[in-house]
Amino acid sequence: MTETMFGDLSGVREGLAKVEYLADDGIASVVYLAERLGKPVLIEGPAGTGKTELAKSVAAMSGARLIRLQCYEGLDEAKALYEWNYKKQLLRIQADRGVDAEHEDWVDLQDDIFQDEFLLTRPLLEAISAEDKVVLLIDEVDRVEIETEALLLEILSDYQVSIPELGTIMASQIPLVFLTSNNTRELSEALKRRCLFLHIDYPDLEREKQIVLTKVVGISENLAEQIARVVRSVRQLELKKAPSVSETLDWARTLVLLGIENIDVEQAKQTLHILLKYQSDIEKAAKELTVEA
Amino acid sequence: MLDLLSGFVGELRNAGLPVSLTENLDAMEAVKHIPIEDRDAFKYALAATLVKNEQHWRAFETVFEVYFSLRGPEYNVGDEDGNGEFDPESLEEWMSQQMQGMGGRGGGQDMSPEEIAEMLFRALLNADEAMMAAMARAAVTQFAGMEPGRPVGGTYYLYRTLRNLDLDGMLERLVEESSERYEGELSPLAERLEREEFENRIEQLKREIEAEIRRRLVADRGVEAMAKTLRKPLPEDVDFMHASREEMANIRKAIQPLTRKLAARLARKRKHKRRGPLDFRATVRRSLSYGGVPAEPRFRHPRPNKPELIVVADISGSVAAFARFTLHLVYALQNQFSKVRSFVFIDGIDEVTHMFQNEEDITNAVHRVNTEADVVWVDGHSDYGHAFGVFWENFGKDVNAKSTMMFLGDARNNYHSTNAWVLKECQKRARSVFWLNPEPRSYWDTGDSVITEYSTYTDGVFECRNLRQLEGFVDNLA
Repeated sequence: MTETMFGDLSGVREGLAKVEYLADDGIASVVYLAERLGKPVLIEGPAGTGKTELAKSVAAMSGARLIRLQCYEGLDEAKALYEWNYKKQLLRIQADRGVDAEHEDWVDLQDDIFQDEFLLTRPLLEAISAEDKVVLLIDEVDRVEIETEALLLEILSDYQVSIPELGTIMASQIPLVFLTSNNTRELSEALKRRCLFLHIDYPDLEREKQIVLTKVVGISENLAEQIARVVRSVRQLELKKAPSVSETLDWARTLVLLGIENIDVEQAKQTLHILLKYQSDIEKAAKELTVEA
Repeated sequence: MLDLLSGFVGELRNAGLPVSLTENLDAMEAVKHIPIEDRDAFKYALAATLVKNEQHWRAFETVFEVYFSLRGPEYNVGDEDGNGEFDPESLEEWMSQQMQGMGGRGGGQDMSPEEIAEMLFRALLNADEAMMAAMARAAVTQFAGMEPGRPVGGTYYLYRTLRNLDLDGMLERLVEESSERYEGELSPLAERLEREEFENRIEQLKREIEAEIRRRLVADRGVEAMAKTLRKPLPEDVDFMHASREEMANIRKAIQPLTRKLAARLARKRKHKRRGPLDFRATVRRSLSYGGVPAEPRFRHPRPNKPELIVVADISGSVAAFARFTLHLVYALQNQFSKVRSFVFIDGIDEVTHMFQNEEDITNAVHRVNTEADVVWVDGHSDYGHAFGVFWENFGKDVNAKSTMMFLGDARNNYHSTNAWVLKECQKRARSVFWLNPEPRSYWDTGDSVITEYSTYTDGVFECRNLRQLEGFVDNLA
């Protein structure tokens, strides 16, 4: 890539901060590298730590269009790459037949109906063929079957799509690609090899506090600090599901709405269900918070 | 630079990380775009291109620390006064400057333990990171007693340093100090949070000390030798029987995502086999509408193969950890089996199935098994023969053609009678009988191990020394 989207390393972080995404060193470096090397980024990490948000923020920051492909079991070529609009093709054939049925030439017709006009682009092809700047987000890539994963490989390494009837479509510009995964299964080596790897974990105390401060309107610094500390304390317990950043934010908003300035044990226990989603976890955390007191 | 990087990649491979050629090339390419003096960015660039699995991160970090810690001026980054850290002379000089500021006696070596403790205390209280790093250095100089060329592991020095610092006492003091500062105004919750904050800082200090010791060892012994001593197995390769406490904790952490992955994989495998064998009757019936031509074959719905699992585990000291992890794994996959029953024994045997029922938290249940199960009959030394005898007497009737039996243990029977006939009977009745042995294969049948005697009556004995092997076995089982 000749021209760079965002100057240097610190430029990335500042740019992301402007769209209210607080990146740490690791995240900033990887985003920067991805753009420099023209490589996709595979983001892994627990649910709710801002994996999808990162892709969105990068798009917002660079003013690019975000194209999103949500993966699910059973996703296939027709929904991810492209599909022939066969209804339109049928219409075309029928329309022809009305005019001069005798001079029907099969080769002509075939050339005719396999054209861009009859091609329905799906997210992947759209990202490749886009003229403007795009960010492609392939969300929860671990949900597709291993066989479907192979479909992504051509795009990720060469930024091209091969359509048997049309030939190969090359990307006019290399889009930034983000893949997210919740790690419910091991992704194939082939896929991992083509990507830069970024693991986003729960943020540390200071960063979480900053995130709460930026994202929650009207919160005091004191409360944000307390929230971050309680959340860290809860995360240290052995829970089924540790509270994620988005749950921290929900909790912070709740506390602000309730007009609480200083968290005490009772209030914490009463609002714990916003932070934790399993009954056993809630009980455990409630017990822990009181016992120590 | 190129040499350094390829040495680094070689070491990563030695540590067990799969680094491919393309990844290596990517790393070289990536480094070009990173300002070389930014050490963090450099590290993340390497990590993003070379490490593709979050669990390998720690191994990567260790190797990185060894290879890229202070090798000559071009990598020496961000040290406050720009002094080479492991150069003892300049360190002392720097220390004495610090001491003058503190009104001390000057000269790092002369600093008394009390003074170090006091300064450390203040640094921790105010979360002064630069000061903490400096004190870590001072503490290592003072207490670790490192001698060049002495063939002792880093952990030894770490232990010596920490013992002298008395960090537990330090924590108590910190907590007291801070509650004084707020004059007892703190609510219990806030107090708890305050304590955790200090614990966190002390943890940070420990890491700092560890890094400091490592830096000096690298300077003393050279990179390759050091990397070799620091090489640690990845969590899934750690041997159950010889895991340290920290490694145990890591295994415990690794087992949660593992079960999730395994469950997803099994569910997927099952869904994929949607077709059963040809249903002849239905096909013939169907063919009537085509005039007797079997145009549309019909298939049976496959009945998912959900075995009834009976786990019989030895929980005596030597193999307790192994049994614990296996139980954990099996119960986390409960819905993949139609029923799971579990028994634990040492020389007596007890059923513990009920402890897992109505208990959402498996960790809790496993803990209860270890504390509440009634497994001691005479002396609390493994007696497989007696335990199996009692098992057959009380529960033998529950073994039927649907059950798959799993025996867990090292078959070290303390020279008691083996009662191998129990397994023979089990094999007759059960669908299959497996034995998992956490000992390396070469140890089998040495000493009081009687594994062969039992194995004649099983459908397979498997060596199961680490998470990877355990995962593989359970995957095939369900």
